[in-house]
Amino acid sequence: MSSAMIDLIVQATLDTLYMVAVSGVISALLGVPLGVLLYVTRPRQILTHPLLNQVLGMVTNIGRSIPFIILMVAIIPFTRLVVGTSIGTNAAIVPLTIAAIPFVARLVEGALNEIPPGLVEAAQSMGATPHQIITKVLLPEARGGIITGLTITVVTLVSYSAMAGAVGGGGLGDLGIRYGYNRFNPTVMLITVAILVIMVQGFQSLGDYLVRKSDRK
Amino acid sequence: MITLRNVSKTYHLASSRSRLPFVSRSSTPARTIEALKNVDLHVPGGEIHGVIGLSGAGKSTLIRCVNLLERPTSGSVEVDGQELTQLTAAELNQARHRIGMIFQHFNLLTTRNVYDNVALPLELMGMKRSTIRERVLPLLELTGLADKARQYPAQLSGGQKQRVAIARALASEPRVLLCDEATSALDPQTTGSILALLREINHKLGLTILLITHEMEVVKSICHRVSLISDGELVEEAEVGDFFTTPSTRLGREFLNDFLQLEPPKALVERLEEAPGEHTHPVVRLAFSGDAVSTPLISRLARECEVDVSILQAKVESIQERTLGLMIAELLGSPEQTRRAIDYLETHDLHVEVLGHVQRDD
Repeated sequence: MSSAMIDLIVQATLDTLYMVAVSGVISALLGVPLGVLLYVTRPRQILTHPLLNQVLGMVTNIGRSIPFIILMVAIIPFTRLVVGTSIGTNAAIVPLTIAAIPFVARLVEGALNEIPPGLVEAAQSMGATPHQIITKVLLPEARGGIITGLTITVVTLVSYSAMAGAVGGGGLGDLGIRYGYNRFNPTVMLITVAILVIMVQGFQSLGDYLVRKSDRK
Repeated sequence: MITLRNVSKTYHLASSRSRLPFVSRSSTPARTIEALKNVDLHVPGGEIHGVIGLSGAGKSTLIRCVNLLERPTSGSVEVDGQELTQLTAAELNQARHRIGMIFQHFNLLTTRNVYDNVALPLELMGMKRSTIRERVLPLLELTGLADKARQYPAQLSGGQKQRVAIARALASEPRVLLCDEATSALDPQTTGSILALLREINHKLGLTILLITHEMEVVKSICHRVSLISDGELVEEAEVGDFFTTPSTRLGREFLNDFLQLEPPKALVERLEEAPGEHTHPVVRLAFSGDAVSTPLISRLARECEVDVSILQAKVESIQERTLGLMIAELLGSPEQTRRAIDYLETHDLHVEVLGHVQRDD
C-alpha cells in the first residue's frame, strides 16, 4: 500500500474521532439537561409540569424518529447557517449532534427512572430544593446509568459518522465509500471496517470501566 | 411539639382515563380515596408517640403530612410552634431542617459513603466542611458507626443502614424525628437495637418522636402514648400501659389479642352464647396491672364469693415499667355468685370483660 494511502487512512481516522468527540460532547452537554428535564417534569415529580413534559417528549420523539440519513440532508440549510458549509467534517457534526441529543436525553431519563423514589423523598424531607435534589441526588445516583447511556451514544455516533461519509462528510465512512466501494479496493474497505470495530471496542471498554468505577451498589 | 388539627387527605384517582388523543376520555369515572379523615393529633415535646394500624389504614399518609411530603387537602399542621401549611417553599425547606425522618427502606444514597450520607443534610444547608465534620463525627459515635465512616451502604447490614439513616436525620439537630416503619425491614434482634437507640436519643437529646408501625412490639417497647388508626381515622388514643390493659375499641383488642396470642380456646368459642341463661357460666377476660398483679385475687375470689375459677389462659407481660396480667377464665357458680364475683373484681381495679356464656356441664 502506498504511503499516500496510509496518510489518507490516518487522516480519515482522525476525522472520525474528531466528529464523534465534538458531537458526543455537545450532545452530552445538551442531552443530559434535556433528559433531566424530561424526568423532573413528569407527573408526581419534583418539578411536575405536564404541558412542558408533553412538548419536550414530543420534540424528543420527533428527533428520534427521523432516519439519520434523511435528517442529514433535511437540515442542510441549518448546517450552512451554523458552520458556513454543508460539506466536510464540521458540517457532519451538526446533524450528528442533533440526532444524538434526543437519544442521550431518553437514555438519561431512563437512568434517572431507575433511582428508587424513596431517595428523592428522603432529600425532600431534609429540606432539599429541586436544584439540590438534581445535583446531589439524581445525577450522582444515576451516574452509572448515564455513563452507560453516553457509551451507547458514542458507539452509535461512530456508525452515524460513517454514514455521514455518504454525503461527503469526511472520515472513515467517506474513505470506505470512495476508495473501498466506488474504486472497488477491498483492502481499504477491510482496513476501514477494522478500524471502526477497534474504535467501538475501545469506547465500549472505556465506558464499562467508568461504570464499574462509579458503581457502589 | 406536633399538632395536627382536622387534617384530611383525599386522593383523586383518574388513572384509568385514557391518555391517547382521539380516544374518549371518560372510559371509567374518577375515584376519590379518603386517606385521612379529620385527624386530630397532639404530641407534646419529648414524647415518643406511636401510631399503629393495619396496612392501608393511612399511617404513611399521616406521617408524611407532618413534614408535608404529602400536603393535606384540609386542616392545619403545626410543628414546633410553626404552622407549616402556610409557608412558602423556601420557608418549608427551612422548617424541614428541624424535622428529621427515617424510612423503612433507609433511603441512603448508594454513591456516598457513611460519612458523606450523614453530611448530606448539612451540605444542603450550605455549611462549611469543617463545621460539617464537627457535627458528623459525634453522630457516628452516638450511632456506633465510628469505624464504618468510609464504607458504602452496600457493605452494611440492614441495622447498620438504619443507624446511618438515624445519624443523617439527626445531623441538622431537629426537634422532631419521624419514623416511617423504621424497623419493619429488620429482624427482631436488630429491631431491638434500633429501638434502644431511638429511646436513647429521645432520652439524651429530648427529641420528640412520632413513629408509625404495624408492630405492637415497637409500641410496647418504646412508646409513651399510642394512637390507633383505622380507615383514615384515629379511633383510639391512650397511654401505652392503658392501651395494653384496656383498649377501648374492638380493633384495639384485636391488636392486643393478636400480640399476646391470648384467645379463648376454639372449642370454647364455638360454645359461647351472647346472653346468659339459667344454666350458664360467664367466661371473662381479666386485665390487671399495678397492685392487682401482686395480690392473690383469684384465691380470695374463691373464698369470699364462693365461686370456682377455671383459668383457660393466662399471661403476664411487662410493658415498659408496668406489669400487666391478662387472663381468660370461666367463673363457676350460680348467676348470683358470679355477678358478685365480677363486682368484687371490678372494685379491686381489674378490668373485666364478659366474653360470653357457656352452658354448665352439670
